[in-house]
Amino acid sequence: MPEFSGSQMQSQSLAQTLVQSQSAGPSTGAPPHGVLQGYDAAGLFCEMLRPGQPTHPALSLLLSRLAAMPIESLRRRAADAERDLLERGITFTVYSDATAIDRILPFDLIPRVLTPPEWRQIETGVIQRVRALNMFLHDIYHEQKVLKDGIIPRELVLGNAGYCHQMIGFGVPFGTYVHVCGTDIVRDETGRFMVLEDNARTPSGVAYVVENRHMTLRVLSDLMTGLSVRGVDEYGLRLHHAMAEIAPQSVLDPQVVVLSPGIFNSAYFEHVFLAREMGVPLVEGRDLLVEDGQVWMRTTAGLAPVHTIYRRIGDDFLDPDVFNPDSMLGVRGLMEAWRRGSVAIANAVGTGVADDKAVYAYMPRIIRYYLSEEPIIPNVETHICAEAEALTYTLDNLEKLVVKPVAESGGYGLIIGPHATRAQLAEFRERLKHNPANYISQPTVKLSVSPTLTDEGVQPRHIDLRPFAVTGKETWVLPGGLSRVALRKGTLVVNSSQGGGTKDTWVLA
Amino acid sequence: MSATLEAPRIAHLIARHAEGTLWLARYMERIENLARLLDVTNTFARDADDTRNWLTILRINGDLEAFYAKHTEANLASVAAFYVLDRDNPTSVQAAIQSARENARTLRALISTEMWLQINVFSSRIRALTAADLLPDHFTATCGMLKEGTQAHTGITEGTFYRDQAWHFYMIGRYLERADQTTRLLDTRFHALAPQAAAGDVEIDAGQWNALLRAAAGYHAYRREHPNGYHAVEVAGFLLANGAFPRSVGLNLMQIEWHLTQLRTRYQLRGTRASLERLDELNATMTHRNVADMVNGKLSPFLDYVQREIAALHADIIEGFCR
Repeated sequence: MPEFSGSQMQSQSLAQTLVQSQSAGPSTGAPPHGVLQGYDAAGLFCEMLRPGQPTHPALSLLLSRLAAMPIESLRRRAADAERDLLERGITFTVYSDATAIDRILPFDLIPRVLTPPEWRQIETGVIQRVRALNMFLHDIYHEQKVLKDGIIPRELVLGNAGYCHQMIGFGVPFGTYVHVCGTDIVRDETGRFMVLEDNARTPSGVAYVVENRHMTLRVLSDLMTGLSVRGVDEYGLRLHHAMAEIAPQSVLDPQVVVLSPGIFNSAYFEHVFLAREMGVPLVEGRDLLVEDGQVWMRTTAGLAPVHTIYRRIGDDFLDPDVFNPDSMLGVRGLMEAWRRGSVAIANAVGTGVADDKAVYAYMPRIIRYYLSEEPIIPNVETHICAEAEALTYTLDNLEKLVVKPVAESGGYGLIIGPHATRAQLAEFRERLKHNPANYISQPTVKLSVSPTLTDEGVQPRHIDLRPFAVTGKETWVLPGGLSRVALRKGTLVVNSSQGGGTKDTWVLA
Repeated sequence: MSATLEAPRIAHLIARHAEGTLWLARYMERIENLARLLDVTNTFARDADDTRNWLTILRINGDLEAFYAKHTEANLASVAAFYVLDRDNPTSVQAAIQSARENARTLRALISTEMWLQINVFSSRIRALTAADLLPDHFTATCGMLKEGTQAHTGITEGTFYRDQAWHFYMIGRYLERADQTTRLLDTRFHALAPQAAAGDVEIDAGQWNALLRAAAGYHAYRREHPNGYHAVEVAGFLLANGAFPRSVGLNLMQIEWHLTQLRTRYQLRGTRASLERLDELNATMTHRNVADMVNGKLSPFLDYVQREIAALHADIIEGFCR
């Protein structure tokens, strides 16, 4: 399955956070008709009907076009899209002993729409968050003021598995550590946006954003006719620009490469996409070597210097000299070359500490601390059980909360209160009391829905959003992002391995 | 290319990708050759000794031992299964398309999206073939599908593949494979035909010559060139030294030389010395006069030499650019 995040664990967290609404009641939007006849979001926030929100003319037009579309036509287009994805190889490969099967990530035709004010909030909110993440990373690898001022517990940062001691005192251009950031955002039943998690290591999924738009244009362009939707084709240009910005200053025309683990990686299609969109070579570790403190690639003309590496392999595999000595995927001596300033690496090493679940809980405070601003997009309300008041609250409300272990700090097991038995709750209560610092708790969120083509017709299905931010000197956010949808009724899991699909995301101009 | 046109930007080509491009072309070309050979054997090479005809294909590919480890008799069903369906046979269509697709996946950021899409769809079609597709009533259609698929690939490549360094390596791979296949074809078929040729051309079974030329996709061109009939010397000369026949060994070697020279002059690549020297020598032997000399009893050792040199040429190119 494609890893839509820096780690396996993170991709599960949406399911851990969200519980489906039990509430009912008709939405207040225009009465659904045509294929939307009988569509009922049951009190959840519907991204298309938008109860209680001002209508946008483009959205009304889209809605009426969609409603007028016969269901057979939608199904035919969906079948075309599916075949097209397979033929184009917009797939991930599942390997077993003897076979390799190409799977597609299901594409739902019905787009998810964001209005200009909504997008303004997301865009500024993501930029703010990326700024704070970079300042935080710079600080914890230098002065550590945030620790000295007691904003976040020292142990949580310095003892974190994502904290990289080799990064201490090492400066990166423009203070940018997180060059590509994927911020997972959800929406509650009132339509309020909330950040669910940050992906600051090697977030994936951006290829699907662009390919989904191309797919819409191929199979559903009549739905889009005359509507002003912001384009997504700039991504490669913007990324290349940022990669060139961070290259060593002395180089006029820097050589950028995309470093992939190779064709067996589940996200390989995206690596191809990125190299192609940037117009740069797609390399593997074996194509690179370090000599005299400089990174070189093996070309038909001999060795050629490399100035920026957009790497899509994890920290642990990057340099067998420094990290996992058994790694065959990385480049021996890469860290030393980086330290000497002859090459730039994106994302920087050691960003994993910033997208840790426990650190996430502190993000609103981190934003206030560095920027003296309120978070533009709030976190999902999070109680840090290490703090007495939060622990008491969590213990008192366990049956209503989701309690998660903080990542990679020794905690294990989580509990979804509303789904747990009395015995499970009792047992968990003891575990929590025994080691409160290992846990955070969050209320269950009634995730927003979007009309989605299913076997039972057009039905509401839960979705989330992952915008992608590219940062060199400045931060730019790709308009829209990856909207993941839980295709199975009632499920909250939008992860691709468990029945998750994606939608095209339209930002209205 | 006119000097007034803009030359492609000198972008570096990863050595591993150059090698992959060369192999991609070879594997695709191999499928076409194999399909044509199977089809022609089934259609035109029928005579009293059916087994002998099917054995020819096994000889061309050096597969006698591997084949008899799995099958007891060489006939349409067994040989076609061995070459079209058998995934464990490294010389099968299945193995070739799998390798071609794997190379294409590796090169996906480099080749055109249309090339990738076609290979991807074509490979699923090949993977879906079953024994039913090899039955006598359907076999020609199956071979036609394989030929058309590779020819579509060739056409798409011609029309969409950007002609910088990688394209030159691709073309070198295609011509290496063609030269190699024609040499093998001539070597195995000529054995059966040469003794008769020595006895006098009148005795020659026109059907066998016909099959040989069709297997190389050269039958009509040969008729046009030599309307009076088949002569061993002329057929060998046509397949080895003709300057217009797309699958003649000599023409393919000349085209390789042109591409290598382009890599040297346009891209200033220095790895061409060994391969160009070897080509020089090999090209010198591809004359009609030399071939005529060889046909009198020395053709087989000569073809062995050519095959070895083609393999060495491939190795020189890999050594010169990709190591």
